Amino acid sequence: MMARGSNKLSPFNITALALGFSFLYLPIVILVIYSFNASRLVTVWGGWSLRWYVEFFNDRAMLDAAWMSFRVAASSATLATLLGTLAAVALSRGANFRGRALFSGMLYAPLVMPEVITGLSLLLLFVALDAERGFWTVTIAHTTLTLCFVAVVVQSRLGALDPTLEEAAMDLGCDPLRAFLAATLPLILPSIAAGWMLAFTLSLDDLVIASFTTGPGSSTLPIRIYSEVRLGVKPEINAICTLIIGAIAVVIVGASLAAKLSDARGESAAPL
Amino acid sequence: MTDDAAKAAWDADSARPEPQPAADVPLLRIDAVVKKFGAFRAVDRLSLDIRAGEFFALLGPSGCGKTTLLRMLAGFETPDQGRILLDGKDIAQVLPHQRPVNMMFQNYALFPHLNVRDNIAFGLKRAGMPRPQHDTRVAEMVALVKLEGLEKRKPDQLSGGQKQRVALARSLARRPQVLLLDEPLAALDKKLRESTQLELMELQRRLGLTFIIVTHDQEEAMTVAGRIGVMDAGRLEQVATPRELYEAPGSRWVAEFVGDVNLFEGQVEQRENSRLAIATRDAGTVFVAEPRQPVTKASVCVAIRPEKVKLSRRGPASDAVNARAINRLDGVVTDVGYLGGLTTYKVKLDSGAVLRSSMANTARLDLDAYSPGQRVVAWFTPDDCVVLEQ
Repeated sequence: MMARGSNKLSPFNITALALGFSFLYLPIVILVIYSFNASRLVTVWGGWSLRWYVEFFNDRAMLDAAWMSFRVAASSATLATLLGTLAAVALSRGANFRGRALFSGMLYAPLVMPEVITGLSLLLLFVALDAERGFWTVTIAHTTLTLCFVAVVVQSRLGALDPTLEEAAMDLGCDPLRAFLAATLPLILPSIAAGWMLAFTLSLDDLVIASFTTGPGSSTLPIRIYSEVRLGVKPEINAICTLIIGAIAVVIVGASLAAKLSDARGESAAPL
Repeated sequence: MTDDAAKAAWDADSARPEPQPAADVPLLRIDAVVKKFGAFRAVDRLSLDIRAGEFFALLGPSGCGKTTLLRMLAGFETPDQGRILLDGKDIAQVLPHQRPVNMMFQNYALFPHLNVRDNIAFGLKRAGMPRPQHDTRVAEMVALVKLEGLEKRKPDQLSGGQKQRVALARSLARRPQVLLLDEPLAALDKKLRESTQLELMELQRRLGLTFIIVTHDQEEAMTVAGRIGVMDAGRLEQVATPRELYEAPGSRWVAEFVGDVNLFEGQVEQRENSRLAIATRDAGTVFVAEPRQPVTKASVCVAIRPEKVKLSRRGPASDAVNARAINRLDGVVTDVGYLGGLTTYKVKLDSGAVLRSSMANTARLDLDAYSPGQRVVAWFTPDDCVVLEQ
């Protein structure tokens, strides 16, 4: 919304926006264009072609990695949403218990923790537990990474909700659990959905934690791509990256639509 | 529960006889209830009886514990000590959803994701009321609060007054034995508040329910309630009808809290002809009618409401009035406040104290008005004074 009545951008603002956005998106645009390159050499333009997409869909190892990534992202996002929502509800609705501020702080700490540390500590844990590294260890690792993002998103929505709504539901005959389900859950559902999608994309993107916690034979897509790139960039990588960008764009738009819906339902905005 | 069983249960519930106004058994008895928040006693050994069919107001300044008391009646807070008896059963530990009591919240707490109809029907669904009756009841409630045609609207498409009506209908839909109202009109503007007060009274009379309202607005309490409990610091200062509260306040605190008052501290000098002569520092000797309860302490306080203090240029002339040995004080008008229906005056007495007087503007032309600087005589009869022990 413009502060002043005008809907027009000044030339200065247009230039600033153009510069900023090209800085952000020019590399990606080049990558997308080069994914349709017919040439075998990454840096030489050889006309338009879909051959690298075809190549990818015939690359068994790459497809396995993509499927692995998808499964890890979906299950870790689901686990993180469940645990993160519970944490958010406990922290914003539970009585003012001792150490609440400490718990809130501890929930947010992983947001700023270097991934190398998270990854290494999880690796040490799994080794100590003698857990076989693979799908489940990566899923658990990604759950710990994304849980706090979900909790932050859901908690900000809960904080903006009127706590007397649940009291009203109890007054009208709901036990505490039903009151939560009938009065609060419908209002925080969009932010729970947004939290899930955020967790999904974070897990899909992650290279560092996954490479610490995965085992032989179960590479995620980022790990697979990274190891291929070390041997030299094939144009096929560009095609895969374009697909990932497309998938993430869809999820992010979905998440912001969900957040918008959440605003429209409640009285006040939930910052995402 | 099968449909039939549910229906039978609801019928039994609906057929519950209107609370009988039994003479000596109150519907609700609050018995020595204490509620502490840490070391702070929000409600301090408070006892109160409320009769069936009564419109009762809890009045007090913010932080006096009135909302905490109401929340204990609704079940959102549990008393630390004492009992809350509803119809003879102790409900102090009963959870909110199991009490035959409903509450109307100050901010209305309407469910934003449900429309007007579903908001009103919310409690009926939980009670397992069968569909046809449920629909009838909702329609009845919508008509009761005059919201016809708005059933499909969401709360954020309603005005403040309409939201207030939805909240009222929702809390009445289950036909509670007691309806609790927490500052129900605080968010409405003055005109709407006044008309809604009258509607609330009308509704309460028509339904024959027991209403308990919490308010900090004394005019509201006096308008709607049959009895008022004035609270301060977790205790009831006085429980009385609006008129008693105003004309016969039980303590200096109540006299000052409810309405305006002039107070003069003094000593009882003598007692004669059912009249006390009290020597005050600020107003000389004041004659007051002897209260029904004998004054035991020597040190007292005389309270006179401003509208009982009359002003005149020369003092009351008539012998009949003179014969009653009225109290007269000389002074100078310092402030005049014209409020439309009445005019308030501040009179600086010769002793230096300030006396407030208010007079109804019964005539359109200001024949009787006084202006600042004018010397006047302020007078009042012994019957208009109240003696309060310190």
